[in-house]
Amino acid sequence: MSDTLQQAEPVKAPPKGEAVLEIKDLSISYFIRAGEVPAVKDFNLTLMPGEAVGIVGESGCGKSTVAMAIMQYMGGNGGIVGGSIKFMGRDMAQMSTEELRQLRGSDIAMIYQEPMSALNPSMLIGKQLMEVPLFHEPGISEDDAWRRAEEMLAKVKLPDPARVMNAFPHQISGGQQQRVVIAMALLSNPTLLLLDEPTTALDVTVEAGIVKLIKEISEEFGTSMIYISHNMGLILETCDRVCVMYSGVAVETGTVKEVFDMMRHPYTRGLFGSIPLPTADKNANPLVPIRGQLPLPYNRPEGCYFGPRCDFFEAGRCDDPKGIPWLTVDEASGHAVRCVRWTEIDWDNYSPDIEQHPPNEPGDEVLHVENMRKYFEIRDSSIKALLTGKKSRWVKANESISFSARKRETVAIVGESGCGKSTFAKVLMGLETSTDGKIVYNGEEISQLPVTRRTPKQISSLQMVFQNPNETLNPSHTVGGQITRVIRKFGVTQNEEEVNKRLDELLDLVKLPRAFKYRKPRQLSGGQKQRIGIARAFAGYPPMVIADEPVSALDVSVQAAVTGLLMDIQRQYDTTLLFISHDLSVVRYLSDRVVVMYLGMIMEQGNVEEVYAPPYHPYTEALLSAVPIADTSIEKREIVLEGNLPSVLNPPKGCPFSTRCPRKIGSICDDERPPFRDAGNGHVITCHIELEELSKVAPVIVTKNPGGDATAPEPAE
Amino acid sequence: MTDASNTDGTVAASDRPKGTMEQIIGSFLLLKESPVGVIGMALVVFFVFVAIFAPLLAPYRYDAFLEPFAAPMTTTANGEFLLLGADQKGRDIFSRLIYGTQRVVFYASVATFSAYVVGILMGLAAGYFRGWVDELLSFLANVILSFPVMVLFVLIITTAGASGLTIVFAVVFASAPGIMRIVRGLTLDIATRDYIAAAQTRGENPWYIMLVELLPNARGPLIVEACLRMGYTTITIGALGFLGLGLPPPFPDWGGMINETRSLAMGGFWWMPFFPALAVSLLVLGFNLLADGLREVSLRD
Repeated sequence: MSDTLQQAEPVKAPPKGEAVLEIKDLSISYFIRAGEVPAVKDFNLTLMPGEAVGIVGESGCGKSTVAMAIMQYMGGNGGIVGGSIKFMGRDMAQMSTEELRQLRGSDIAMIYQEPMSALNPSMLIGKQLMEVPLFHEPGISEDDAWRRAEEMLAKVKLPDPARVMNAFPHQISGGQQQRVVIAMALLSNPTLLLLDEPTTALDVTVEAGIVKLIKEISEEFGTSMIYISHNMGLILETCDRVCVMYSGVAVETGTVKEVFDMMRHPYTRGLFGSIPLPTADKNANPLVPIRGQLPLPYNRPEGCYFGPRCDFFEAGRCDDPKGIPWLTVDEASGHAVRCVRWTEIDWDNYSPDIEQHPPNEPGDEVLHVENMRKYFEIRDSSIKALLTGKKSRWVKANESISFSARKRETVAIVGESGCGKSTFAKVLMGLETSTDGKIVYNGEEISQLPVTRRTPKQISSLQMVFQNPNETLNPSHTVGGQITRVIRKFGVTQNEEEVNKRLDELLDLVKLPRAFKYRKPRQLSGGQKQRIGIARAFAGYPPMVIADEPVSALDVSVQAAVTGLLMDIQRQYDTTLLFISHDLSVVRYLSDRVVVMYLGMIMEQGNVEEVYAPPYHPYTEALLSAVPIADTSIEKREIVLEGNLPSVLNPPKGCPFSTRCPRKIGSICDDERPPFRDAGNGHVITCHIELEELSKVAPVIVTKNPGGDATAPEPAE
Repeated sequence: MTDASNTDGTVAASDRPKGTMEQIIGSFLLLKESPVGVIGMALVVFFVFVAIFAPLLAPYRYDAFLEPFAAPMTTTANGEFLLLGADQKGRDIFSRLIYGTQRVVFYASVATFSAYVVGILMGLAAGYFRGWVDELLSFLANVILSFPVMVLFVLIITTAGASGLTIVFAVVFASAPGIMRIVRGLTLDIATRDYIAAAQTRGENPWYIMLVELLPNARGPLIVEACLRMGYTTITIGALGFLGLGLPPPFPDWGGMINETRSLAMGGFWWMPFFPALAVSLLVLGFNLLADGLREVSLRD
């Protein structure tokens, strides 16, 4: 950038045609109480200047360990046990501690998942950013460093950089924090940028903005990037090449287009089969979860680690103790796969045994919510408040919520964080009472009844599946004990023998071995814990179950299995499912009706096909555009929302979305609550724009045909 | 056959539930990874052992008259060997220390345990119910904690008279608020977990939730804190004895032994207050090291 920079660090770009980073046969192990745990084995990667490579895989596959190894930062118990990492042609293992320290943060910069933990909460953002040029460029003045930092904030598209420079990290939003972290990384003009799940903690509309920024960075600065993610869709949007990892080894690598369109490894295939792409349908074309479980790092099978879960496993070849070699699929694009049988597998005629189901016929109305409001009072007891008489403010968590759910139906409530979807679940469950309005469940009004005043029948007929698999079960009690408590509590039976019978029945229902009842939650994987959570919710035969983000903390392949299970049980028990989620792909896949919420208000609701096709509410439109889709044949219209989510303490007076709406028509949006516009068939859009106008909007998601013309992806009913 | 054995209900060895005792022993075995913890554990086990077998271990009765002012390692005219010497009243210091161990270990355990019961119940209620319950209990705790502890002890014991029971009561009164604060903090945190919400949404009684769902998950920090608290209580009992507020004579009391003989130490009879003081220090050190070790082990992995 500046001349001083060039003088201070002479080597900034590698010689032409030479790789920025070359990883050869890298093996990394952790050493713990139980002994050596291999985390990564024989990992290879070559990164050319200006290139972006994605490393994708499920949790525990070793992708973050690779990033840590590149930073040569393995913690106290980790170590590189084989292979080499060459940065600009120099072996990093030969560098001194001082050289590595110079390298980190100047030539190699890393961006982590949690922006808040990367920033010092007690320092002004400007001061923190200033440190980078001050440290890496001897002789730069403080004023210059400050100016450079401010320029960089403008480059990462932060509005009002001067204000952000003088703010503390907690005073700006999560998305803005991540932009500051990116600015900090770019300030040293790094040759290599490592991004470890940089948007996972962010809302999808904010994520879209960051992804756009990352793409622009690689174009503008020519920085080489390694992008680590579990999200295939994000890799497609940001990377040139991709490396798929499974259980510590890379199983397939190649250009994004090659791997996404012609994946060869059964694991890659399985991964794509578990992603709820727009073409998936819960009845006609359900997701196929990968069977079995990820092997533990010290308990991997011989040969191909994916062998025990693979439908094409062949004894004698796939379990070769010498390991599986890399086989080239396409020389030109560098597409290679670690599968000895890749030429033999006939993917066109492969059909895993999936069950097709007729669609659920919805029955009578079970739940009816009308104009429900939930306000939280925040008391202000400061002297100023006493003087002005404004002693309390209200957080409007839910504002005129109206919808209904029928028997056997899946209704999804979808929205970003802070939209009030979880508050609604709490009111429904009786953990909070509503401020106003009606909730009629099974003919009984329950909005004012806290759980302590509900009848046992009311309680047992409405149960919940929770979000966090690590918190849903009590770590101190056995799995069986926690389920039998529910069976007894809800009076299913008191007879010891029958309680045990019901417990076994429930474990069968969620497809877990019966012996699991003796286990403590820490002996289960995340997906298994979530299954137990489901078994617990269904123990008392509830007619309705609320699932609050039940799969959002799980890996995709586990996600597919758990959603499949949930729907099987729903079919078997004729349950009404209220599915709360922020994930539009999952919602599209499994729900019958969708309610889209923003800042406590319903923006749009209707049948799933109608909500996902025009006419859209402008917010739904933006949400759909923001969701990354791991399908190269899909083209999205790019809509990146400006600004931040307004504070719930001070929401806009008119339409809650008016501050960020790209289709805002004027002051009416700021001043007046939008009307409900009925598009027929229960499809309601809350917007000032006429329906006719909204219907003219082109679909956000369009499937590209090989011929080149575009059609809407929605299969005809 | 693994599938069949799973579905017909037979239990694989690894799935068999562990007994509570097995678990407790298991967690203490982990302690061997912390040298500091092992030393602490050894000291504590040693004193507990001495306390339990005091009548068998002590060579003489605690009030037997042998030879006044005898130095350590002397043998009296009657052929009685005095390992740690005798005090001004001719009583064997070694035997008195052993009997004193019994009293200290007993009262420190009872007092700490009682303080825990009270502190846990208050802390659970304050952290779980919040609102006015929390405000009231926290206010009470703050009032008690604002008193200098020693003054409080002296006040209670001089009013109620010196006895084992008043010592226990005084310790409970002074320590329960501190324990309450810790439990309240843990409760506030754990109460936000989903499994607590799950218990609430199936209509469980609040005290069931607090004692069965919540408390077991706070045990880690509470056990570590209990070890430290045992040390403080040992010091307290010693200090009370020193101030003459301990157990009434002729029962041997470490603090009391130091107090009775401290003026004589200047006259060259150093062993009279030295060994009781050493015993107090070793026991307190034992508890502190044990707490450190437990904390260290619990933070690993």
